Amino acid sequence: MVNSQAEGLIGGVFTREKALDLIDTMLLVRSFEENAEEMFSLGKVHGTMHLSIGQEGVAVGTASALRPRHDYLLNVHRGHGHFLAWGGDVNRMMAEFTGKETGYCRGRGGSMHIADVEANNLGAQGIVGGNMPISVGVGLSIKAHQTDQVALCIFGDGASNEGAFHESLNMASIWKLPVIYLCENNAYGMSMSIKKAINVPHISDRASAYGIPGVTVDGNDVVEVYKAMKLAEEYTRSGNGPYLVEAETYRWKGHSKSDKQAYRTRDEVKEWMSKEPIQRFAKVIGMGEEEVEQRRLTAREKIKKAVEFAESSPEPAVKDILEGVYA
Amino acid sequence: MREITYVEALREAIRMAMEKDPSVFVIGEDIGVYGGAFGVTAGLIDQFGKDRIIDTPISEAGIAGACVGAALTGMRPIGEMQFSDFVVLAMEQLTLQAAKVRFMFGGKATVPMVMRLAGGSGTGAAAQHSESLEAWFVHVPGLKVVMPSSPAEAKGLLLASIYDDNPVLFFEHKLLYKTKGPVPEEWYTTPLGKSKVVREGKHLTVVATSIEVVRAQQAAEILSKEGIELEIIDPRTLRPLDMEPIVNSVMKTGKVLIVHEAVKMGGFGGEVAAQIAESRAFGYLDAPIRRLAGLDMPIPYNRNLEAHAVPQVENIVDEARNLVKGVY
Ligand SMILES: Cc1ncc(C[n+]2csc(CCOP(=O)(O)OP(=O)(O)O)c2C)c(N)n1
Ligand SMILES: [Mg+2]
Repeated sequence: MVNSQAEGLIGGVFTREKALDLIDTMLLVRSFEENAEEMFSLGKVHGTMHLSIGQEGVAVGTASALRPRHDYLLNVHRGHGHFLAWGGDVNRMMAEFTGKETGYCRGRGGSMHIADVEANNLGAQGIVGGNMPISVGVGLSIKAHQTDQVALCIFGDGASNEGAFHESLNMASIWKLPVIYLCENNAYGMSMSIKKAINVPHISDRASAYGIPGVTVDGNDVVEVYKAMKLAEEYTRSGNGPYLVEAETYRWKGHSKSDKQAYRTRDEVKEWMSKEPIQRFAKVIGMGEEEVEQRRLTAREKIKKAVEFAESSPEPAVKDILEGVYA
Repeated sequence: MREITYVEALREAIRMAMEKDPSVFVIGEDIGVYGGAFGVTAGLIDQFGKDRIIDTPISEAGIAGACVGAALTGMRPIGEMQFSDFVVLAMEQLTLQAAKVRFMFGGKATVPMVMRLAGGSGTGAAAQHSESLEAWFVHVPGLKVVMPSSPAEAKGLLLASIYDDNPVLFFEHKLLYKTKGPVPEEWYTTPLGKSKVVREGKHLTVVATSIEVVRAQQAAEILSKEGIELEIIDPRTLRPLDMEPIVNSVMKTGKVLIVHEAVKMGGFGGEVAAQIAESRAFGYLDAPIRRLAGLDMPIPYNRNLEAHAVPQVENIVDEARNLVKGVY
């Protein structure tokens, strides 16, 4: 660390400005999620939501290696972090979360379907693995348009057992499509441990079956995520075809709103909490606890403003209920 | 009689069948230690172990196919689709395999399987977790389609489905899971293919399914105070469909309203309406056959829009009153 800082780049890769931006985004994601959980328990939102607390490192490390808004994002149901890291506006996101007309999807989609089509963000997914075949089409389209874009397709460990995973990786491979597959391995599907769900050590091992590169990285280490994604990006953007990155991380909270978590132990959760990505990155950049807390307050302030924006926003009008089904 | 919830009634049926019959097992996502997304299989893994309460990877086509294969070879599997929407990933196994193998094999094979599905809107789960897809399966010869509307029927119909020698799609409703009602403690089956007159009345026949049976009953209470008496019929099994009680009722009341949560266009209500129009009840109709169903749209996330997308009690009250008063 000391060496790379001496060279002026944090972790050998980030400028100080960039690093501060990343830590702020992680804090924003964390605050969004903590607030989401609170609003849920107060009955201010209905439906369900999937919190990414503990997984912030994957989101910011990934987006920082790509070109958000230029590249395409195919997000996952546990996607609040990726959405914000892609440069999403927290106000409109909060408005969507609370079902308001000012939300990204006019309150029609909610947490599981937040999209920002103008920013090439093709939305979160309600269907496990549902974005994977779509990524093939996006890849074909990028090729047809001859742009230098890539598509980032994010999914969980559980999704890698859907047929869609296998069909998509194979098609993307044979046609050398510019798609980066990011498997966010947080150790569980809903309750099923990935160890019980597959018989190979790593999900990235499956890449070889499709003739594409596959790597596994520590998803709670922002620098490592960035480096792996950068390699994937260079490979994919220069026309070599798809790439699979598996980022190992852990979900701190239950799967969704009602999860007694009987499938895991407190000790296991505690152990993973000690690998918390924000504090770890703070250490890397030499940021003291006081400054982290200062910045956390700033993030919380933004979330508070976002809640105010959402709460003062109008509900969708019932008279417009049938809008948007057809073009 | 003892009262239990719809969830408890389903669990009791599964437990009874599994205690009696080693060929019965359950297979699905998060049904073991987690107990199922809606708690139906809670605790069953402790009693029956992981070889009979089988937690799967997230692989819906695999779950359905595993049921077909096991059913073809002497087992009576109960599959679970965590949300009925996900059945779209299992369609090939259910509609091209389960539904057809018996016929294609000259009637020499049987596929005694049940696929349980958690359907319906009202929980804020939005467009990909709230659908009512029963009509798709009603269109497939070889399948049976069951939709219980009360705890007692959840138990009786599930036991009958497990012991039916055909593939059965068993649609549960998320909002019904916590509803309570009297349920006999002993083993009993509620026959498939028998409609039930849930409430007698003389002014209007209401044919309703699933959650809309409950809503129609609430509407009937309200209208009864105005002197309007609804006769409510719950087909319970959409395929095979028992039209007799419906036809008889329409001949008595001369008016019929069909209510379901699923989208109206191409919905099950169209089939009921057509069969009434084709029946001896036709000449007895003194008003158009009406349907009240989901709007022609996916289920929205926003709570208020979501409620407006499917028939609620007040919609049934209004529609029924208008029909009885000749306003249409
Ligand atoms: C096709 C399909 N099957 C099941 C579900 C229900 N479900 C939603 S998320 C989830 C677990 C997904 O696990 P993983 O892919 O590892 O993502 P994670 O939730 O851990 O982030 C399940 C079973 C679904 N939404 N879609
Ligand atoms: Mg997971």
